[in-house]
Amino acid sequence: MDSTVETVIPAEAHHDSSAVRHHFSTAEQQKDSATIGMWTFLVTEIMFFGGLFLAYFVYRQAYPAAFASASSKTNLAIGAFNTTVLICSSLTMALGVYFASIGKKKLLILFLVLTLLAGGAFLGVKAFEYHDKWVHHEVPGAHFDCEGCADPGHASLFFALYFGMTGLHASHMIVGFVILVILIFQASKGRYTPEWYTPVEMFGLYWHFVDIVWIFLFPLLYLIDRTKERLF
Amino acid sequence: MITATAPAKTEVNYLNCEHGLKSWLLTGDHKRIAVMYLIVVTVFFFMGGLYAAGIRLELATPAGDLFDSNTYNKVFTMHGVLMIFFFLIPSIPATLGNFLIPLMVGAKDLAFPKINLLSLYIYAVGACFTLWALISGGVDTGWTFYTPFSSSYSNGYVITVGLGIFINGFSSILTGLNFIVTIHRMRSPGLKWFRLPLFVWAHYATSIIMILGTPVIAVTLFLLVLERGLHIGFFDPAYGGDPVLFQHMFWFYSHPAVYIMILPSMGVISEVISTFSSKKPFGYTFIAFSSVAIAVFGFLVWGHHLFVASQSTYAGLVFSILSYIVAIPSAIKVFNWTATMYNGRVRLTTPMLYALGFIGLFTIGGLTGLFLASMGLDVHLTDTYFVVAHFHYVMVGGAILGYLAGIHFWWPKMFGVMYPETPSKISAWLVFLGFNLTFFPQFILGYMGMPRRYHIYPPEFQVFNVLSSAGASILGIGFLLPAIYLTWSLKYGKPAGPNPWGSTTLEWQTASPPPPTNFDVTPVITKEAYDYSHEEVLDIG
Amino acid sequence: MEPRSFQLFPDAASSIAGQVDSLYAFFVLVSAFFSLLIAFLVIFFAYKFRFRPGIIPAGNTDDGHSVGGMILEIVWSVIPLGLSMIMFAWGASIYFTESRPPADSMEIFITGKRWMWKVQHMEGAREINELHVPMNRNIKLTMTSEDVIHDFSIPAFRTKADVLPGKYTTEWFQPTKPGAYHIFCAEYCGTKHSGMVGTVYVLNQQDYQDWLARGSGEGSMAEQGQALFNQLGCGNCHPSLVNNYNGRAPNLAGIYNNKVTLKDGTATRADEAYIRESVLFPQAKIVAGYDDIMPTFSGLISEEGMLKLIEYVKSLSPQVNSAESAPSKPVTDAAAEQKAGRNPVNPAGKK
Repeated sequence: MDSTVETVIPAEAHHDSSAVRHHFSTAEQQKDSATIGMWTFLVTEIMFFGGLFLAYFVYRQAYPAAFASASSKTNLAIGAFNTTVLICSSLTMALGVYFASIGKKKLLILFLVLTLLAGGAFLGVKAFEYHDKWVHHEVPGAHFDCEGCADPGHASLFFALYFGMTGLHASHMIVGFVILVILIFQASKGRYTPEWYTPVEMFGLYWHFVDIVWIFLFPLLYLIDRTKERLF
Repeated sequence: MITATAPAKTEVNYLNCEHGLKSWLLTGDHKRIAVMYLIVVTVFFFMGGLYAAGIRLELATPAGDLFDSNTYNKVFTMHGVLMIFFFLIPSIPATLGNFLIPLMVGAKDLAFPKINLLSLYIYAVGACFTLWALISGGVDTGWTFYTPFSSSYSNGYVITVGLGIFINGFSSILTGLNFIVTIHRMRSPGLKWFRLPLFVWAHYATSIIMILGTPVIAVTLFLLVLERGLHIGFFDPAYGGDPVLFQHMFWFYSHPAVYIMILPSMGVISEVISTFSSKKPFGYTFIAFSSVAIAVFGFLVWGHHLFVASQSTYAGLVFSILSYIVAIPSAIKVFNWTATMYNGRVRLTTPMLYALGFIGLFTIGGLTGLFLASMGLDVHLTDTYFVVAHFHYVMVGGAILGYLAGIHFWWPKMFGVMYPETPSKISAWLVFLGFNLTFFPQFILGYMGMPRRYHIYPPEFQVFNVLSSAGASILGIGFLLPAIYLTWSLKYGKPAGPNPWGSTTLEWQTASPPPPTNFDVTPVITKEAYDYSHEEVLDIG
Repeated sequence: MEPRSFQLFPDAASSIAGQVDSLYAFFVLVSAFFSLLIAFLVIFFAYKFRFRPGIIPAGNTDDGHSVGGMILEIVWSVIPLGLSMIMFAWGASIYFTESRPPADSMEIFITGKRWMWKVQHMEGAREINELHVPMNRNIKLTMTSEDVIHDFSIPAFRTKADVLPGKYTTEWFQPTKPGAYHIFCAEYCGTKHSGMVGTVYVLNQQDYQDWLARGSGEGSMAEQGQALFNQLGCGNCHPSLVNNYNGRAPNLAGIYNNKVTLKDGTATRADEAYIRESVLFPQAKIVAGYDDIMPTFSGLISEEGMLKLIEYVKSLSPQVNSAESAPSKPVTDAAAEQKAGRNPVNPAGKK
């Protein structure tokens, strides 16, 4: 009765490599699925951060004086340093993926470690910045008391968005940090070969995305509208 | 080509292949995960239903005599939260979608079985947070959590429930992600897009909404939790924020969310009407594209919830006209389903009764949505019982009837047994009649001006409230009966063969219940999904 | 209001109610038509094309891809689209009317607070949970909330609008039928949301004048606003009608509803929202030519007080829209009256 179906391939026959899961028929199908899956996940992350960007734009348009004065409280030198570190870490990650694809295990591990160090540096600097803001009473909440901020009633909105956006970004970096440790561990055991290095490549996509989010955050929070006096 | 004469249950299937709790809790099999989801969403459905019973009991009299105000406010909030986030949104995708999509595309499982299991556990964690809040005292903000009430005034467990819904959202996102990758890459040879069953198209469109919309409610609740915990001021004017921004962000997800709730149901209806008319769906391509159109346009109409909320008139005009445009694909589907029955060979089985009920009730629900899309009329009707009636017509009369149609339709496939036909038909009628008696009077109450979320009301509203509460008791029985007879059928139901209905889609070409890897041989597709032209197919009965 | 035991349809007591009801009737007819049509077809097809063993209807394989099928698809897409556009346009036109209070509207001020409505008439009368209005006059409500979002709904007038904290919203109506009608709060606001109700009394002209005359004894809102202005010391920097003009702050006479140029070059309009923001968040907008020296009065003035201050500032403008029966005379002394007439329309710029 089912003329739409013909029997051809017994289900368990093909395995291209031992790394292919049982529900996939070819390694290519598995790799493609992982890639589409990761890109779809990154789309959800764009929507997630997007809500915060929307709030930023709405409040910036409503309270330009508050935002201009509050954004001058961010430390441009530190922000630029962090941006450079993160961009370099994207480079080291891309190189790591390349070396995985050609089977150079030692170089793969080296570049994963460099990426890890760069990420760690970024997070350490961020922690320093947060502490500095806390000390200067620039954290919104009960102890908020921003000195020299115009329109303090609305300046706290800028800082709320600063912490919200960079905090969400930092939490993504922490997750990335943990995964990098796992990848390094697995790589040292020789798990990744030119035939199968999908986790490294997929993580590379994730890491680049986290980098790109920062590249949007940096201008919005550190660069635009800052009044000319403060660089440090 | 499976001629099953022996009952399928004695063969190895996904239910009896392994035993023990661990084999269920650590499974990667999409069918087992679907069954576990079925159990948990049913639990939450009845919890939400208990709260509904509380609401209707209170509203039978104009005075606030059953609950004090704070308790009533928590009752309707929990009704909404549990029904929407823990029942309706997962319902069809997590149970029927999980079970059927690999079968319908000829695959052995979804693309990411472990992520599917993770999805279930994330749901469970979100549910735990919410249940904990419930036990601790509940939340009283309404499921819409409008600020600044929810951020600065409520005494309920807003943060806990907010976190529960936030976590639960990731379950939804991962399900959608899994479906998209599966439908793109796991179709068996020859299964081109336009050979897919409409159930799959419906879930594809739903998955798009899940992945694009859910992160926005996640970030909105995240900000609400921060605001409430740290008094930051995103949404509270006392700290410089804007409460209407919350409404925009909230409805940006929550409007598309209603399409998450209805699209899978429409997918079920396409399958049921086609099977029980022994005819391919009229206008297959139109129905498929309509699903995608609803998903896309559904993201552009959220402002129709803000017509009286100080949104600008011009923004309102845009949202109003788009709200009419988004209704058109749904109308196209209703006409196509009706046309499918024309020249068909109609069998009024229980799933078909639910499907026909869906067509009637969803049509009324959709049409009353048009009342609300009209700005001048919405000023009078918004925030009244008219809105409550409208959304229950589409969510219960539409989504839940579709869910029940699907559960009954695929019950033999999932468990290898038939449900008892007579109790099921009685239940279907009780649901249909009870539902209309419950919710039709609410349209009248709404035009009269009875506001939502009131438990004390002027005496002239009582007659229709009493009718509504009477209807609710009938509806409640209608919902309880399937829980009983479906469970009964697991042990005592008549054994079912692979294709008791004479349907043509792939899932019916394998045993009931299916083997762990779905098909003994990977199917190769050479024709479209609905081919009722063969004698053998048509001569059942 | 006489308690009624049963009602099927709300009273139609405003000028817009009839239009809203006509639109509703159109919707009901169209919906009934399509619902009944679909119900009939479904039931009819289920009967006519019921399964009979061995009998296969001709055209059983029709899947809609024929020419006839395409025509049907187009017809049943275009007709609903056309009807929808009529529904949209009709509803939009009613909404346009509802969103533009006529220029001659009499103003009444509503402050919502959990869980009561506080009403202030310009002449000074105050009410709680009650609103007395004259028949056949255009009435504009300016509303704000002291806490959470509420909604001022009068079903008999077919109107409602959300009442927001930190912002002013408006709704307007023209009552046409004397009587007493429900006021409901229509946005969930917490414990006593169901109890945040009131009554609007529509009176004929004479009865309304009589009611007004009973008054509150405190003077008009503008007069009370002036008292607040003095009490809070606004006159120490802002010249208005008093003589200690010293250039520290913009002259408030004549600014209401006129353009204000700000320090950053942009311009804005000095409406109620601007005045409120200037008092509570003075640093948000600095007028061109002045410095950022105004202190905030946040916490020092209630929402009702703010409305009185705003009425006072409005009264300093010659073209304030005032109702004939409720004169809002600028608070005066003779010299001040002269000055109000002669001050430039745009007060920006120091002396």
